[in-house]
Amino acid sequence: MSHLLEVCNLRKHYQRGGGILTASGKGERFAAVDDISFFVAAGETFAIVGESGCGKTTLARILLRLIEPDEGKVLFEGTDLLGLSPKDMRTYRRQMQMIFQDPFASLNPRMKVGEIVAEPLAIHEPQLPRTESLAKAGEILQRVGLGEDALPRYPHEFSGGQRQRIGIARALILKPKLVVADEPVSALDVSVGAQVLLLLRELQAELGLTYVFISHSLPVVAQLATHIAVMRAGQFVEFGPAEMILTAPEADYTMELLAAVPELPRNPVV
Amino acid sequence: MDELLRIHLLTVELPTAAGWVRPVNEVTLRIARGEALGLVGESGSGKTMLSLALMGLLPPGARVSGEAFLSAADGQRKVLANLSEPEWREVRGREIAMIFQEPMTSLNPVLRIGTQIEEAIWAHEPGLPRSVVDRRVIAALEQAAVPEPEVRAKQFPHQLSGGLRQRAMIAMALAARPKLLIADEPTTALDVTVQKQILELLDRLRREMELGLLFITHDLAVVAKVAERVAVMYAGRVVEEGPAASVLMQPLHPYTQGLLAASPTLERGKLTPIPGTVPQLTELSPGCAFAPRCAYRRAECECGVPDFRPAQSGHAARCVLL
Repeated sequence: MSHLLEVCNLRKHYQRGGGILTASGKGERFAAVDDISFFVAAGETFAIVGESGCGKTTLARILLRLIEPDEGKVLFEGTDLLGLSPKDMRTYRRQMQMIFQDPFASLNPRMKVGEIVAEPLAIHEPQLPRTESLAKAGEILQRVGLGEDALPRYPHEFSGGQRQRIGIARALILKPKLVVADEPVSALDVSVGAQVLLLLRELQAELGLTYVFISHSLPVVAQLATHIAVMRAGQFVEFGPAEMILTAPEADYTMELLAAVPELPRNPVV
Repeated sequence: MDELLRIHLLTVELPTAAGWVRPVNEVTLRIARGEALGLVGESGSGKTMLSLALMGLLPPGARVSGEAFLSAADGQRKVLANLSEPEWREVRGREIAMIFQEPMTSLNPVLRIGTQIEEAIWAHEPGLPRSVVDRRVIAALEQAAVPEPEVRAKQFPHQLSGGLRQRAMIAMALAARPKLLIADEPTTALDVTVQKQILELLDRLRREMELGLLFITHDLAVVAKVAERVAVMYAGRVVEEGPAASVLMQPLHPYTQGLLAASPTLERGKLTPIPGTVPQLTELSPGCAFAPRCAYRRAECECGVPDFRPAQSGHAARCVLL
């Protein structure tokens, strides 16, 4: 078994329209995820790039079973997650965590940072004494560049970049194997986004993490990805090693995306 | 240079629980007729507050000092700081128009696109007959390259894609034929392929209508596409200004250099973040606001805010190293 994650023929359909206002009463069916298969080896960063509405977030959520697909398999270390009971799923879920886009919406404003970061421990290791789980939370906060003094504070006391670090700490406290990051830097300022990208890269090397990285931005993806899949209308238009996709794409759509990226003038003297 | 807008030492102060803060601090800028100025800054730099000051849309309680002169269509020079609310209404839309980041929240969801453009025209020319206004609405949509303008005019905002909504916003902003357009992150919420089209549209309209463009963004690569000159703001002050090519290729201020190095490109491995975070306006040091994050910091940086020091023609920065 060489792949950490293997996805086979995944499909998810939604109804569009079809409310009481539609004349026929029936909407049309459309595929948010349409027959997608891929695999990710341990230690890789598999990036899924696409424009809004292409289905990339639906796909990310299916991987963690936050959305149930209509068809297909999601194999994690060879086990099909979709067949698992909620109880069995729990043991797998601690090995796969998510980092969200909006660091303002994804942290509960009424919980202290220590409670937020230690919450996965409270769920997956309820027997752990509180002092110990807080100590672990302090450790991981330190690792992501925040001090232990963050523990008793509330999310609103932190900037966007710091909050994203809190979100990363929460995702990593259970020492997962797989991290799904959905647009982790698109809500951040340029200078801070770069900090978070480098932090994700360091943590991957240090902890042997595997990433599924969702983004609309090819320049952002280029910083981390080992493999890139370009997604459009629920399907992969093209996927392969990052170098290939970025320098020698085959699909017209990939070329179109690359050509639309605004670029800085060459060789800025910095 | 045919001057359209001149801002001189413009300062905006806002009351907060921790005392007065200055989101815009002694900003001096010029825009010529038909010129595009890119205003670059991160969150909290004051770029949006500056544009609101130019539109007379500052929050209540704000204090404004300094000057902003606008060469109006009738040849008069208007001093924006002294305008009364009725006078502001003459300026807004007619002389200066603005488009925003998220067109969905700036459009009225229960009014048809055409009706909203009509409003913009009638607000400034109330006597215009219906037939003329109808034609101007279609012409405005055509100008913003909206396909099937007659159909779109009858639709509601939710029936349009993000790119079309932004085109409809542009049509509305330009319907009363203003001379200055302020575009505040107009493409940030759009997909790259749509962003490219909107940037090309703005560039074409600028040339055709001799429109002055104040293009506000956090994205240096976008600025490289649209702006002829660039001003970089940090913590309320303009810290560097010059021709776009010069600022982006030979940045003078360590902040601009850092911002360029922190911008992801399609090449891997070149990313260098700026350490630290954007400062709170309540916690600014008396010296250069960037000093705490600056690798070239010296003792004198803490003493006072450096003056603008020119490096070459039209390119200057506030840094003691120059």
